[in-house]
Formats: sequence, structure tokens, C-alpha cells
Amino acid sequence: MKYYDYPKLFVLALPVAIFFATFFIVPMVQLVIVGGGSDAGLSSYFSILSKPRHFESLLATLILSITVTLSALIVSTTAGLFLVRNIFPGREIVLSILTFPLAFPGVVIGFLIIMLAGRQGLIGKVTNGLFGEKTVFAYSMLGLFFGYLYFSIPRVILTIMAAAEKLDKSLEEAAKSLGAPPHRIVVDIIIPALKPGLIASGAICFATSMGAFGTAFTLATNIDVLPMTIYTEFTLNGNIAGAASLSIVLGLVTWVALFISRSLSGQTIAVSG
Amino acid sequence: MQKENTSIDLISCGKTFKDGTRALEKINLNIKGGETVVLLGPSGCGKTTLLRIIAGLEEPDDGGQVIFNKEDVTELFIEKRNVGMVFQSYALFPNMNVKENIGYGLKVRKLDTKQIDDRVSEMLNMMSISDLSFRTIDQLSGGQRQRVALARAIAVRPRVLLLDEPLTALDAILRDRLRGEIDSLLRSLGITAIYVTHDQSEAMALGDRIVVMSDGKISQIGTPREIYFHPENEFVADFIGTINRISGNNLKKLASVEGQELLFRPEDIEVVEKNISHLTGIVKASFFLGEKTRLIVNYNSTEQLSVEGKFKKEYKIGSEIYLKFNLETSITLPN
Amino acid sequence: MTKKQLFFLQLIFTLLVCSFLIIPVFLSALAGITENFFIGVKSGFTLRWVFEVLDLYSETIYLSIIIAIVCLFATLIIGIPAAYVLARIGGRISRIIEETIVLPVAIPGLAIALALIIIYGGYRDFRSSWYFILVGHILFTLPFMVRSVLAVLSSTNFKELEEGAASLGAPFWTRFITIVLPNIKQGILAGSLMVFTLSIGEFNLTWMLHTPITKTLPVGLADSYASMRLEVASAYTLIFFIMIIPLLLGMQFLSRKKT
Repeated sequence: MKYYDYPKLFVLALPVAIFFATFFIVPMVQLVIVGGGSDAGLSSYFSILSKPRHFESLLATLILSITVTLSALIVSTTAGLFLVRNIFPGREIVLSILTFPLAFPGVVIGFLIIMLAGRQGLIGKVTNGLFGEKTVFAYSMLGLFFGYLYFSIPRVILTIMAAAEKLDKSLEEAAKSLGAPPHRIVVDIIIPALKPGLIASGAICFATSMGAFGTAFTLATNIDVLPMTIYTEFTLNGNIAGAASLSIVLGLVTWVALFISRSLSGQTIAVSG
Repeated sequence: MQKENTSIDLISCGKTFKDGTRALEKINLNIKGGETVVLLGPSGCGKTTLLRIIAGLEEPDDGGQVIFNKEDVTELFIEKRNVGMVFQSYALFPNMNVKENIGYGLKVRKLDTKQIDDRVSEMLNMMSISDLSFRTIDQLSGGQRQRVALARAIAVRPRVLLLDEPLTALDAILRDRLRGEIDSLLRSLGITAIYVTHDQSEAMALGDRIVVMSDGKISQIGTPREIYFHPENEFVADFIGTINRISGNNLKKLASVEGQELLFRPEDIEVVEKNISHLTGIVKASFFLGEKTRLIVNYNSTEQLSVEGKFKKEYKIGSEIYLKFNLETSITLPN
Repeated sequence: MTKKQLFFLQLIFTLLVCSFLIIPVFLSALAGITENFFIGVKSGFTLRWVFEVLDLYSETIYLSIIIAIVCLFATLIIGIPAAYVLARIGGRISRIIEETIVLPVAIPGLAIALALIIIYGGYRDFRSSWYFILVGHILFTLPFMVRSVLAVLSSTNFKELEEGAASLGAPFWTRFITIVLPNIKQGILAGSLMVFTLSIGEFNLTWMLHTPITKTLPVGLADSYASMRLEVASAYTLIFFIMIIPLLLGMQFLSRKKT
């Protein structure tokens, strides 16, 4: 049954093979070549470490991504555990609200942050009324942070909730029967059991933040995250090779992070931003 | 239902899988038309692989042949072999209701609607599931799914019926009842049937002949009585029922059997008064099973025997018990 | 701390997070129908900004919808057979191929767009048509269709169903059409919603691949954020929300049905 079907399976696999080879594999290979094709050659791949602007950009992106990941994990785990274990009127609505930003493009999220913390933003109006001074942080690192947090929370919370549902209640009951107080149960039983889910969703969060473009694009003033640097190299400086090599490096970093995540959880969630 | 009398011959069929597992040694087997043959053995013995080779879901290694009534079908895929197959988890199609499931094989054979309807009704009646016609699969119980799977397999009037552990997924009471139903169904159809199971009571109840398998080889072929009363090797003796091994040195009172090892079935060891007994033992455990009692008896401080019978009396643990043996009932393996 | 106190604390925290997520959405919707957001709601409600958006940007809306529809068909035709082949082959090869198909999601859209421009940018007609954007969308959304269908196939033990159908005489294509396809309906539906939604909202790839005559909705949005007044940008965003939120609710509904 298995072997004589191979010709038919081949036919079924042709569309994806042709499309993918033509529009992904060949271009990406060419990208790698171009990245190493300038006068600098292969060393342009290390420009990310040598050129100060590139390096600062990488650093900024890393710090941002890590901070967002940790914050998203803490916030989502707290809210996620709460939602999994408690039923109350309106729970479904809360769940909906927490997950629908999944498919918002980064540009829109940037705009939403502007609505919150921009010059005409809500927070500015509130602080103006309370303290007489308008707080505007949309265009700073803080604004970027909140923007990234905005699209990270839904991603992380879904994975955490899925993992939390699979938790073996009997382990907690055993701990309780042995006298463990609630906070010990969280630290000793729940968090360790959630670890794969936490790592998996953390990796997705990190990867998405590293590669996010739209949000930074809308909020951009003088912060340069790596995707923005790549963009300016290509469009403003015409430095195709530089843009290519940076893209490859960025692509590798995000791919590794997502690979870790997939091998720990076996899932992918929508990536945009 | 016309009588199908397809005989099956397997010649030199072995199977090594791609990852190197040797599932079957080269097997020769002849199954007569209309027979119900049970492939019996522990997991991993190759019985399912053998069934799938007959079905056409697996190919035998080079040199192997599968013959239906003198026709070599080795090169035919299962789609063309016209066998009926009942799978362990029934493989009922979730996107169709009961009627559509049963009629699927007929639809594939492009019979016209009336023929399909008639045949499906015939099947529904035969399996007494007419009231389930329009139910979807997830609305059926285990026993009902079983019947639908059988009806679907038979509807196409296959040459051979192949059943892969069809009762394993059911609970004990259901299994007993369906076993009887399958038995009468197979008899009334007169079709050649091959039935795979690891449950020996099922095998004994259903098989005209039993093929006991282990480690990819055939251990013994015979009728249920032959297998039970005349096992041909250690494996079969151990696998079918329980077998007690006792050294002749302990049975000097019985006959001159020193140095020999004797084999007895638990029901052939009698519990008697001390003066006519051959062996004294201590009751270690007692299991009242309803229609019989099983006693585990220690003798010579470390050796054990399993004794069964319809004892009205309750034998207390730790009490002495007196056993009598009959050489005629002992089992001898041909060597 | 009592159980009740803990419950309320967590509830308030969760509600705070919810407000963080949803208040900006309301704000932007509000701004889109307010006469003058600087003055606030007092200035009155109006639809003029919405009409202005439709005036300026209606082609972007049409283009996004068209691309999403064509993208959906493409992923159905390419992705469903691909998922089936992966499920049939199984093993390590299947996982490697799956990893490869997922790559466009892992690699930032910027990089992929760059790669496409480098190779195919020279073909003027292709480069300046919306097909160029479509290619990027298909690359990005295909993994979601494939994974969605693959997930259903993995959980259904379809191999045994196919063997059952084969034992009844059904050849390969009959089995594919009568047994395999009907039983992956859920996966196809979930995948379709996801593909459509992602295509409508795709920006990272599209921004690099677009030209002034092939602007999609998100590209238009970025444009308006940069150059239009707040009310117009908000109205545009409002239209986007109206388009996308039903899709998101549909996806949530589907995933609830599964559990």
C-alpha cells in the first residue's frame, strides 16, 4: 500500500515543491550569496559585530526582545493561570479580548500605542488632568516596549493556557495533602510543570520581537531596531549586500529561537508584527 | 448468501520491515475454503503481519506467494483482492452515516442505487442494526460499531473475511456476547475467515483450526482440542491454558516416573483424602471464580502447582491439601 | 490571603491587561468618527473621515481583499496536497520538509522580500504587479494551511481509514476525494480563516514588495499614519477593524468548537 502510491504522492507534492523552490529557496540562496558578495565579502556577515551602528541596533533589539519576552511571560502566566482555573461570567469575553490582537499587523499596533501614549493620547490627557503635565512616551523605547508587549501577550497566553490545561491536578493535590501552602505549590509544582510551555512561548515571543518591523516603523523616531536598520540600509543607503547579510543574521537568530520553541511544544502560532 | 469457498495458500511468506525488524520467518500455510482459522499468539508474534500479507496491505519478502483458489494474488493490491476486512479500531468513516459506510464498497464497485440499497438493507437486517441506519459513527457504541464494521466488510461479498482483533476494544461481557454472534455469523456465511487474536479462549471458541504463533514462526497448527490436549512444544503448552510441571521424583507413589518431568493441566489434578493421595501440599492462595476455584498449592516448600476444580468446600490458606494424579491425563510433548 | 482576595486580585490584574489591549482599539474607533479628536467627543460625531478614507484609499481595500482571496485559493491548492503527502510519508523526512515550509514564518518578512526583489526585481511586469505581493503572501500563509490540515490528519488515524476504504476496493484518487478530504474539513476551514486574516493584515513583506500602484490596506494604513491627520488615520483603522474582527471571532469560534 505504501510503495505503489509514491508516484501519486509525487504528483501531489509537485505544486508545493515547484512554488517553494522558485519563490523561496532560490531567492534565499541568492540572498546569502549577495550578502557575502560585496567588497567586504564574507566579513560583511560580521559587520553586525564590527560596525557600531549595526551593533548598537542589534543590542537594542536584543534588549528590547528579552525584556518584552520576560514581561509577557509574567503577565500572561498570571492572567492565563487565572483564566484556566476560574469560571466567572464574562470569562469568554475576557478570553476573546486577550487573544484577538493576534492578527493585528504591527503598523496598527504602533498606531494604537500612539492613541494611548502619543501627543493626543489618552495617557497624556489623563496625566494632564491629574498633574498638569502631558506624558508622551509613544515614540520612545517605552512606547516600543508597550507596542511589542501588545502583540506578545496574546501569543504567549494561548500557549500557556494550553499547557496549563494539561497540568496534572493530582500533583498539586498531592502537594496540598503534604501541607504545601499556595505560593509553594506555584513555585515548586506549577512553574516547573509549565516550563516547556514557558520556554516554547518565550522563544516565539523573542523571535517575533526580533523580527518585528511594522510597529517600529510606525513609532520610529530615532530608535533603530535591527529590522529598521536593514530597511534603511536597503532603501536609503542602497547597500544591498549589507541589508542582505543583516537579514540573514536576523533570520538565523529568529529561526533558531522558533526551532527551539517548536521542538518543545510542537506548535506554531501566528507570527506577525 | 452464497457459500464462498476460497482456499488460501501461503508459500514461503516472510516479512522484514524497512527498519530491519524481522516480523515473519518464511511461513507456509494452507487454509481450506469455508474454514475459520484463528491466528493466535502474544503481541509481536507476527500474526497481524501475516493477516495483512493475506489482505494485500503488506508485501511478502521476495519469493513469497499468496494464492487464492489457485490464483496467484501476490502482485495484487488490496483494492483488487476482494477481501473483507474488519480492523481493530473498525476504521469506520466519520464523514458518513451507518448506511453510507456499509454501502461504500458497493458504491466503489459502481453498483446502481437500487442494488446498493437492497444489499445494505440485507446487511442491516442480518446484523440487527436497521434502526441505526442514519446514525453517524460517533453516535454508536463499541458493540454497534463492531456490527457496522462487519456489515460493511461482508456487504461486498468478499472471497475471504479477515478480522484483526475485532473484540479487543470491548469490555468482557460485550466480548462474550459478540463472540457468539460472530461465531454463528461465520458459520451461516460459510465464508473462509481468518481471525487474529491474542485471547486464547476466543481462539478456542471460534476457530475450526488454530495457528499458534510466536516470534514470527508457526508453533503449532491444529483443532482446539488438539492444541489443548496435545501441545507439540513448550511454548504452546505454556500459552494455552495453564500447565503444571512436576518432577517425577515427587510422584513415586504414582508410578515409576523418577527423573521424568510430567505436565498436568490444573483441572486434571484431583483433591482427595490423604490415604489415596500422591502428594501433600499447603494451600498458598485460593481464588473463587464462580464456576470453579483455583488453588495455588505449595509443595516441597518452594514448588508450586495450580489446581482447579468445582470445590464446594473452601480450602483455607495454610491448610494441608492432598493431591492425586492420573498418568493418563498427563501431557507429553513429542521430542 | 484568602481565596476570595486572591481571586479578585487576579481578576483585577487580568482586567487591567484586557483594558490595555482593548482601550486603544475603542479610542481609535472613536477618533475615526469624531469631528475633531483634539477637542474630543464634544466636537460631535461624523462620518466624513470615513468617507474621506474611502475616497483616498478604496483601491487598497479592494486590492487587499482580492489578494487575500487568491492567496486562499493558492494555499488550498498547494497546501492541502502537501499536508497529505507529509502525513503519509511521516518520519524524519516529513519533519524536515515541514520545517522548510515553515521557514518563511520564521525568517523576517523583510529578508524574504529582499530576496525576492534581488532575484525577480528585474522582471518589470512581474515586479510592478500585485502578483509579486501575492507570492510573498502565499509563502507566508502556506505554513498555516499546511499545519492546520496536518494537525487534523495526525489526529484522525486516517491511514486506517484509507486501508478500510482500500479493503473495500477504493483506488487512490477515490479514497482521496471520498475519505480524506471530507474528514479534514475542520482543518481546511480553520486554515482558510487563518490564511485570509493573515493576508489581509500582512505588512512586513508587503511594504517591501509594493509599488505606488500596488498598495494594500496595511500599506495604506502606514501611509496614513505618517501623513494624514489623526481622525483620518483612525477612520482607516476603524475600517480595517470592521473587516478583520469578524474573521478573528470566526477563528475563535472554530477553536472553541474543537474543545
